[in-house]
Amino acid sequence: MNRLNQLFDTKKDNLLSVYFTAGYPELNSTLAIAEALEKAGVDFLEVGFPYSDPVADGPTIQHSSQMALDAGMNLNLIFEQLKDLRKSVTIPILLMGYANPVMQFGVENFCRRAAEVGVDGCIIPDLPMHEYEMLYKDVFARYNISNIFLVTPQTSEDRIRKIDELSNSFIYLLSSASITGKALQLNDHVDTYFARIQGMNLKNPTIVGFGIGDKASFTKACQYNRGAIVGSAFVKMLGEGSDYLSKVEGFVKGICE
Amino acid sequence: MRYGVNEQGYYGDFGGAYIPEMLYPNIEELRQQYQAITNDASFKAEFESLLKDYVGRPSPLYLAERLSEKYGANIFLKREDLNHTGSHKINNAIGQILLAERLCKKRIIAETGAGQHGVATATVCALKGIECVVYMGEVDMERQAPNVARMKMLGAKVVPATSGSKTLKDATNEAMRDWINNPLDTHYIIGSVVGPYPYPEMVAKFQSIISLETKKQLLEHTGRELPDYALACVGGGSNAMGMFYHFLDDESVKLIAVEAAGKGVESGHSAATTFLGKEGVLHGSRTILMQTEDGQVVEPYSISAGLDYPGIGPQHAHLYKINRAQYVSITDDEALNAGLLVSQLEGIIPAIESAHAFAYLEKMKFKPNDNVVICLSGRGDKDLDTYIKHFGY
Repeated sequence: MNRLNQLFDTKKDNLLSVYFTAGYPELNSTLAIAEALEKAGVDFLEVGFPYSDPVADGPTIQHSSQMALDAGMNLNLIFEQLKDLRKSVTIPILLMGYANPVMQFGVENFCRRAAEVGVDGCIIPDLPMHEYEMLYKDVFARYNISNIFLVTPQTSEDRIRKIDELSNSFIYLLSSASITGKALQLNDHVDTYFARIQGMNLKNPTIVGFGIGDKASFTKACQYNRGAIVGSAFVKMLGEGSDYLSKVEGFVKGICE
Repeated sequence: MRYGVNEQGYYGDFGGAYIPEMLYPNIEELRQQYQAITNDASFKAEFESLLKDYVGRPSPLYLAERLSEKYGANIFLKREDLNHTGSHKINNAIGQILLAERLCKKRIIAETGAGQHGVATATVCALKGIECVVYMGEVDMERQAPNVARMKMLGAKVVPATSGSKTLKDATNEAMRDWINNPLDTHYIIGSVVGPYPYPEMVAKFQSIISLETKKQLLEHTGRELPDYALACVGGGSNAMGMFYHFLDDESVKLIAVEAAGKGVESGHSAATTFLGKEGVLHGSRTILMQTEDGQVVEPYSISAGLDYPGIGPQHAHLYKINRAQYVSITDDEALNAGLLVSQLEGIIPAIESAHAFAYLEKMKFKPNDNVVICLSGRGDKDLDTYIKHFGY
């Protein structure tokens, strides 16, 4: 059982995950940010590997990716930076990024290196489900890496069932069909959507992402789901000054306490 | 068709739909409905009627006598420059606006490089009274200012793409983001044979009118419907795919796709994708693209805003890989000189994109009576500033 499943077995609600881009705001800030987030009480982490053409991302994360790339970030360097991860970070960690860098790195190589540094799962939003099934699934399984699929309000029930069948950790429920960084609209549509998914009794827990940036949106997400993921709001804070590490704890408490 | 798409949306190793889940319903809706809609008799009738009466098709196939004399072969020009709005882009825009209408979409988005696709899209949106938003790289907006003005006059909103190289690639990213944010009421009119399946197939079919007409017209001109060579420029590759489409299964027709070498393929300022690129994923399909070892997309360069795209459509990648078509490249200077030559020999100022195809004639050896068709994909009005600066007029 990997760390993600252990987490879901031990903590039943209000799970908080935070996304940040490797190499942003400083090329070597990756590990320090991960440590600060764990210390602040975050339940698991998503480390973004930057891509030049991130179509699903809004301006904040797109900007962080470009800054990281300009500073020299790449997958090799991420794995190098994370090689001592498990000496100081115990919570589950996911890598999140786009398909082309993974393809060029080689899926076998990617999974092997990810497993070596203690990564528990991956989110690759533009990887087609059938390609994952045909070419990636066995490799991911061999290295005990979970693949996390996205679901949006427009995803059909049949497809959600298929995603549930292929998943072995959690389902990433998008709060709305949008790019990252748009605030969650706290309205009846959201309640209806969350309740509909909750009513499907999926075998995997659902964690809500996109649009979660404050206590109100986190609370709303957790009302129907096991937890939520904060991305753009945290990345924005990281870019607001050199004392970002000292602000991590306050940021996290502002979301979930 | 031997070189066509399979049921999963792949051309050999290329194609597919590498899209985030947010776009899946849109792409699935298109995949499920586009064939039924485009095969419907009322769609076909309206498409054909608009191509004839609004676009001005069939576009002529013109025997360019002075060019023919210069190169020692029969050089025919497929005059897409004479279409309404000045390029082949209108063929696809008409097809997709009719599709969008039947899908009950209320809003159109598009990306544009040279502005020709943006103008074509703004035009068909005006024709149908549908809201239109066109994304265009900030750099391209500057160098294609007349087309920006045209789009605005036609009622479109032109949104600058300010990320990356601020050119076509970035405009495409912005349009995709818009579509993700507006999944229900919006149709994205992609302007080339790129993007997730079914776009490459759909756009190729709408552009295949070019080779369909060429076959008939060549038969009338020469008694033979097959040329010896078919040439076209390639950025994403829509005019080339239209020019090649009905010749793909006729192995005797040599297909030549001309990419933009920019300042030279090894200068670091180039868009010669097949020479510089390798297999990967760009804008939703597996294709050949210019990228770093880490899989980051490399900024392309060409003097032609319509050709500086870091990839090619997946069907082109397939034709390249299996050697069905030959992919070559031409520099900025060679293209500009060819544009001037065609202007002075034939009285036709070609778009700089098309001038790339003409420039390759210099590098070919013909047998007497070889029949060569070149897709003159657009007119050069939009490029006058570039021509003026280069030649010092």
